[in-house]
Amino acid sequence: MSINNEKISLDIEAYLKEYENKDILRFLTCGSVDDGKSTLIGRLLYDSKMIFDDQLSTAQNESKKYGTTGEKLDMALLVDGLQSEREQGITIDVAYRFFATEKRKFIIADAPGHEQYTRNMVTGASTADVAIILIDARKGILTQTRRHSFIVNLLGIEHVIVAINKMDLVNFSKEVFDEIQASYETLADELGIKNRYYIPLSALEGDNVVNQSDNTPWYAGEPLLELLDAMDISKKETEEKFRFPVQYVNRPNLDFRGFCGTVASGSVKVGDEITVLPSGKTTKVKSIINAGDIKENHKQLTCNEVYAPMAVTITTEDEIDISRGDILVHTKKMPRVSNTLKVMLVWMNETPMQIAKTYDIKRAVSVISGVVEHINYKIDVNTYKREQVKELQLNDIASCKITLTRPIAADKYKENRRTGSFIIVDRVTNNTVGVGMIVDVAARENERKETQTRNYTDAEKALNYYIRENFPEWNCKLI
Amino acid sequence: MLIKKSLIHLKQLEAESIYILREVAAEFCNPVMMYSVGKDSSVMLHLAQKAFAPAKVPFTFLHVDTLWKFAEMIEFRDKRAKELGFDLVVHSNPEGIAMNISPFEHGSKLHTDIMKTQALKQALNNGGYDAIIGGARRDEEKSRAKERIFSFRDKYHRWDPKKQRPELWNIFNTAIEKGESVRVFPISNWTELDVWQYIYLEGIPIPSLYFAKEREVVEYEGTKIMVDDERMPEQLRKTAKTEMVRFRTLGCYPLTGAINSTATTLPEIIREILLSTLSEREGRLIDKDSEGAMERKKIEGYF
Repeated sequence: MSINNEKISLDIEAYLKEYENKDILRFLTCGSVDDGKSTLIGRLLYDSKMIFDDQLSTAQNESKKYGTTGEKLDMALLVDGLQSEREQGITIDVAYRFFATEKRKFIIADAPGHEQYTRNMVTGASTADVAIILIDARKGILTQTRRHSFIVNLLGIEHVIVAINKMDLVNFSKEVFDEIQASYETLADELGIKNRYYIPLSALEGDNVVNQSDNTPWYAGEPLLELLDAMDISKKETEEKFRFPVQYVNRPNLDFRGFCGTVASGSVKVGDEITVLPSGKTTKVKSIINAGDIKENHKQLTCNEVYAPMAVTITTEDEIDISRGDILVHTKKMPRVSNTLKVMLVWMNETPMQIAKTYDIKRAVSVISGVVEHINYKIDVNTYKREQVKELQLNDIASCKITLTRPIAADKYKENRRTGSFIIVDRVTNNTVGVGMIVDVAARENERKETQTRNYTDAEKALNYYIRENFPEWNCKLI
Repeated sequence: MLIKKSLIHLKQLEAESIYILREVAAEFCNPVMMYSVGKDSSVMLHLAQKAFAPAKVPFTFLHVDTLWKFAEMIEFRDKRAKELGFDLVVHSNPEGIAMNISPFEHGSKLHTDIMKTQALKQALNNGGYDAIIGGARRDEEKSRAKERIFSFRDKYHRWDPKKQRPELWNIFNTAIEKGESVRVFPISNWTELDVWQYIYLEGIPIPSLYFAKEREVVEYEGTKIMVDDERMPEQLRKTAKTEMVRFRTLGCYPLTGAINSTATTLPEIIREILLSTLSEREGRLIDKDSEGAMERKKIEGYF
């Protein structure tokens, strides 16, 4: 069991003190239909004693009605939560589940495998640190494995655990395992997946899930849970640039004007010089309140330094205009400010994406309207081939060029998930119809200084303005 | 610059919830926070205070009172509202009052529908709220695990599990038309254990019903029900025994089972949860009236 019963019984206060300092690891499970994702999660929860007796007896009753495992408990029914999922025996929407060991709290995004639910898989991948890709040992790498690996990589997940499942059905054969591992290595190289791990397992029987299996003496690695527990997912925070999207302006009285938000990346100290983007105004941090430090009915405490992902309130030395949607950054580490972005889009709606139609684009906490000007190419996620298309259908993934009505301070997604991602909202239906990741930011506004080596006439400036407004695809520089 | 820059899981969860609460305050015209007096509500109230300090919490609090809540809950509610000075709206379904709906007489299903689901919809219509913040957690029940943090409701307050908006990263789509609303669950990613550890760490006040004490209980439909007032049928009341019990979850007293326990402090409660083999909602009769009960209730507008 993942929790130490004896210690809990003997001295709970000491136990709490010792295990208060957990971190969180978010992972995604994906793979082809019937690869046993729900079964694996059911098994993980069951073997780590996270399923309670009353939930188990409900699942046992349901097993008789919908079960696919004969007399045995159908583990998948422990997690498939919607009526229509239980009836059809498939996972439709992403579900989030939790369990904890003494070291970590785990948040599992249980994503569907069907191609038609790719958007839900992308949803699950967006917050994950680690992906578990299940492969049926009998079938090896399938189209779905390629698709999911592509999405996992697209969404910037750096750790991929390849769980070669149903090993019991291939007599726990080392050869089968090695063969699948070798072909996945080729695939992972092609995509550029950074860290990969391979585990032979049987979710149904519980081999190498929580406990080491006797059936795979040739496997020297750890069981899945141990691997997850030990995985290093820390980022080099100190190197990250400070980004602070202003979420809410807090003005309880005339003496206080604070800017609330969550530190998206990096850290900031009292006295640091900061720039407000996109306006470009500069000031200094006067004080910081870390919301996490405020105790009930206590005086608010200020602190000297805060870092991601703290929720804080910052006050500035100068009374300058800062509003929701602005981003505060260190003056020395500024992002590019532009209204033209090269992005990867995932279309998530039945209604196809239309070129030049105005959509609302929500990035961090700001909503700005914009258009997709051009589809550079669509990626076939099964073959990774590029295709020329005129519109995007549900679940399509494509490289596009977007122009916003106002410039934003933008980072590349691979450098900053928080400031490099956005959703697309249809202005009529209000649905989230697509999501995007910034690949590149056209250099425009911030190159002003470089182009200002000569003095332009008013007529030249007016012409420049006209071209930039009406022909943004020309990428005309601001003068 | 070489300080260890990472947050423990409770502080990460806290920051995530505060972000969600601020997003609601910034994006909606008329948000409301459901205050049901339990431990999850207590945590949400605490988070809301942190999110907006030094200002006051910028939304109204709403309690849907089925009139069958534990007496202590009502007392605790009013005391907290007074202490912290938050705006509290209390609503009970007048039709239900007229019909004299009682869980003992009419059963849990009808009682819950009229005094909770219908009452909630009335209160939301009366208030014209566009965002309703609730303390539901994904670990509570399987259909909850499927729900978004910002969960869209049509103008009839219905949830369509197959038409949920994709929700990626921490970017929340808050766009709605007049009459529609969004239910927001800031503590979606917390577990029961997280809630208790956080209450312990932060010293958050909670009703004493959560702590074990000798109380008068009767056996009713397979669970231990506390004798909380005179309305319990005489016949049932006669069978009352004094036992050392506490509650893992608080709702209507005739529908909320007590558990035998000796846990009188927070660490003891946490120990009990860590060692328990039964889920938190095991004592909730309303979850069990049929398979998929919660999902169906939610589709109809229940929280």
